[in-house]
Amino acid sequence: MGSATSEVPSQRTPLADAAEIGLKIVVVGGFGVGKTTLVRSVSEIRPLNTEEVMTQAGQGVDETAGVERKTTTTVAFDFGRISLNERMVLYLFGAPGQERFWFLWDRLFSGTLGAVVLVDTRRMADSWYAIDRLEHHKTPFVVAVNRFDDDPSRFSLDEIRQALALGDHVPMVDADARVRSSGKDVLITLVDHLYTQALSREGTQ
Amino acid sequence: MTRKPVDIGVPDRLYMVTGGRSEADNSLDLVTLIVSECEPTAGMQSEHTRILDLCRHPTALVEVSAELKLPITVVRILLGDLIDMGKVSARHPRAAGSVAALPETALLQEVLHGLRNL
Repeated sequence: MGSATSEVPSQRTPLADAAEIGLKIVVVGGFGVGKTTLVRSVSEIRPLNTEEVMTQAGQGVDETAGVERKTTTTVAFDFGRISLNERMVLYLFGAPGQERFWFLWDRLFSGTLGAVVLVDTRRMADSWYAIDRLEHHKTPFVVAVNRFDDDPSRFSLDEIRQALALGDHVPMVDADARVRSSGKDVLITLVDHLYTQALSREGTQ
Repeated sequence: MTRKPVDIGVPDRLYMVTGGRSEADNSLDLVTLIVSECEPTAGMQSEHTRILDLCRHPTALVEVSAELKLPITVVRILLGDLIDMGKVSARHPRAAGSVAALPETALLQEVLHGLRNL
């Protein structure tokens, strides 16, 4: 028994023993848009990283088109954690927006409360695919525009809404992923949106 | 049963950790909270020992995966075994599966409250 605790990293912060409800929110966006930065700014732990491996066996042929002879695909993602109260803990995932990731969406993120699409106005096209996929999976989402200092364009949210062909029902918010209060506002915008949707659903029942 | 440490991304080795299986228990969500029900014992598979150490406090499946540096699927298999043996228990998220059954607005209100208090 002498070595029983030797492999547990000592800096790990455990959850409260009463924790019983795990919840998920996913931050989606292109490479370098600031997903990890946003996760880090609101997380109570240093973001962790893990991966899922998809083997070709049993997968549809079209899903691996263009990667012939490749037997496994690995998708890595970061995540952080927010203890909401003694019982509830929210996990925040930073998910890569690339195509292969979406094949794993159901396996990883079914039951997610909702998603944040993080947009870089210098590369708005990166967001189109993510928005299309979220709509396909019927995952409610908000769009957060990560305002980089060196963004010369300063498009307004209305201009960005038009560029992304977003309906009026999708909330948009300006953000600075590095700032904790800003990251927190983004999450509140999303959950507020989910709450409003849930209220109107209950109202029609 | 092998007790060798494994590298990530080498399927042969991953199959050894799981005893050759690749079918995971998909009822285990990324945020299912795992809690140890016993102490590790001598001669136990090393991954099982690490999981029992890690889950003395509630730990989400995805955290187990990150700490053990093993893919989600492999951790689902390992945890499924430990649950079958009664060595860990699982606290399943309410949001997974039966979304229709939960008092959604009450849950979301609690989430909002928690976020505003950050």
